[in-house]
Amino acid sequence: MKSKIVTLVSVGAHPASGRARRAEHDARAVELGLRLAGQALEVLHVGDPAEPALRDYLGMGLAHLDVLEQPAGGDALPGLIEYLRDAGAQMVLAGSRAETGEGSGMLPYLLAERLGWPVVVGLAEIERIDNGIAQVLQALPRGQRRRLNVRLPLIATVDAAAPKARQSAYGPAQRGELLAHEVEIVADELLSAAQLQPARPRPKRLKVIKAKSGADRMKAATAKASVGGGKVLKGVSAEEGAEAILKLLIEEGVVR
Amino acid sequence: MSDVIRRDPHAEWIARNRLHPLHASLQSQQASWSGPTGVVRKNPHAVGFIGPNGIRRIDRSGAEQGGNVRRMSTAQVQLPLHQVPAPAFYVAVVPDMVGGRLSAHDRDLFGLARQLVGTQGAVLAVVFGEHKETAFDTAGVDRLLRLEGHEYLGYAPEQRVQALHALDSQLGPRHWLFPDSRDGGAELGRRLAARLGERPATRVWQVKDGLCTGRAGAGYQDLNQALPRLILAAAECAEPVSETRHEALPLSLERPVVRTLPRIEDGGAVAVDPAAIPMAEAEFIVSGGNGVKDWGLFHQAAVALGATEGASRVAVDDGFMTRDRQVGASGTWVTARVYVAIGISGAIQHLQGIGACDKVVAVNMDPTCDMIKRADLSIIGDSTAVLQALIEAIAKRRNGAERNAA
Repeated sequence: MKSKIVTLVSVGAHPASGRARRAEHDARAVELGLRLAGQALEVLHVGDPAEPALRDYLGMGLAHLDVLEQPAGGDALPGLIEYLRDAGAQMVLAGSRAETGEGSGMLPYLLAERLGWPVVVGLAEIERIDNGIAQVLQALPRGQRRRLNVRLPLIATVDAAAPKARQSAYGPAQRGELLAHEVEIVADELLSAAQLQPARPRPKRLKVIKAKSGADRMKAATAKASVGGGKVLKGVSAEEGAEAILKLLIEEGVVR
Repeated sequence: MSDVIRRDPHAEWIARNRLHPLHASLQSQQASWSGPTGVVRKNPHAVGFIGPNGIRRIDRSGAEQGGNVRRMSTAQVQLPLHQVPAPAFYVAVVPDMVGGRLSAHDRDLFGLARQLVGTQGAVLAVVFGEHKETAFDTAGVDRLLRLEGHEYLGYAPEQRVQALHALDSQLGPRHWLFPDSRDGGAELGRRLAARLGERPATRVWQVKDGLCTGRAGAGYQDLNQALPRLILAAAECAEPVSETRHEALPLSLERPVVRTLPRIEDGGAVAVDPAAIPMAEAEFIVSGGNGVKDWGLFHQAAVALGATEGASRVAVDDGFMTRDRQVGASGTWVTARVYVAIGISGAIQHLQGIGACDKVVAVNMDPTCDMIKRADLSIIGDSTAVLQALIEAIAKRRNGAERNAA
């Protein structure tokens, strides 16, 4: 059985110009989906079907892209839940967070909670799928990987550890079709209470010296970095030294 | 010790010089203080100083400068203890505990939690599984909830969310604080938010007057909103606690947590080629310098340990390692949790590069070098012999593990 795979995409913003483009992580999710399902991959967007940036995804080799039509400032969740429930998808891939709007990264978790599916965070690679169980590699910080066995259907988010997205070609981008679907429009109440504004630079953390006396301040300004009470093994044999090092490495969990 | 009183002119000079870094440690004992009821207490033994001929002198002019006081190491300052006997409410913090210890991000989060509790509430830390942290009290933790059991071991986000959900219904914390980090806090916080059906504030970097500011989208916009119950805060969201000590009393759940059937099964860590990990984010680095004589053995040891290789500038200049492996000011600033420096004496540029490292192990011939002062564990000896012994010890351990498994 070939399982149906859906990738959710959003409209990104170029980091320098702010111009609309394909979102970096979403494009990686499309890439992962294309490697798994090829042309059978279904790509879904909630928003304006006339958005030209969506054609960047079509240029990756998709014949069509489904759009659940919604004005800006709407809540994408209710329409998506209904659509995915009816679509019979086995795996939903999404970028870790949107590049525009709130970008809280909550959507995959909310979808999973409502649909009752497991969610995998930071998917790097799908090793195999059999008997309704997907064996996947999860990306951890510091370049580490963890193997997970997850029951289908599942939702997975993709971040910078996933394979790099292929280039978008102009011809297929223009030939591909954007199919609009009507869904119920629900307004997002967040933006009525909160304001978006250009990001303020974060204040730099200062090194605060909480010294009561002049001598303490002088000490803080002149003293060398703390001479930690490190353990020094002197006059031991190489074997004893190596044992001590290995013991520390095992305690720290870097040598298994 | 001889009975002859010897003058230490240098110490006397330090005792007179109020700007000297050691001035405070040479001051005489406290002679009078205010007792708990406000009565002034005096220690007659501490009044005055021992003169050069061994006789106690009391200088009532007020110009006394300590005199011949023996030099003491700086006393450990006992921070004032903040107690919350009956908390009116809780602010729950779920730290990442990377490697079983509080990270700098976690400490910032406790600082933010202290801002939110005021004097009536208590900061509750929720820790899963085993930990190695000993400084919960100075981090600002009033109550500590440890959730232990094999169901929390490894990667078990669903069981952890279940436990946090149970905690939420039992204690009803006023706020939930998570670090918005890739080490697990971001994921756990969002999972709990989805479970509770509440909208969190994410990537929060400032909390002020009941409002919070967090980064939105790709980081080019800020979202200002009223402070919600769930907060996923960025690093450096607040100053860590530094001036108080807290109780860190153990707390337990009233009812045990229901076990969930895991839909995500942890298959364990996968071996990654350590050479392929970018050095700036590698967790474990073995670095070689001028003291390494046998580079073939060094590479062999790095492979045996499963560590990413690094090098000092000298090793790179001499052509033993490539330029992209250089650690230090003009190379890569590494963030490894464990850094093993073999034959590196620790030039200041190199020590800058490893400033963010947690545990440093040094192997060196020279017991006075700067790297030994920085290191948590130092072996004074020949690098070749230690590397050889290390490879053998690893092999022995691997063989032993295989035999046990068989």
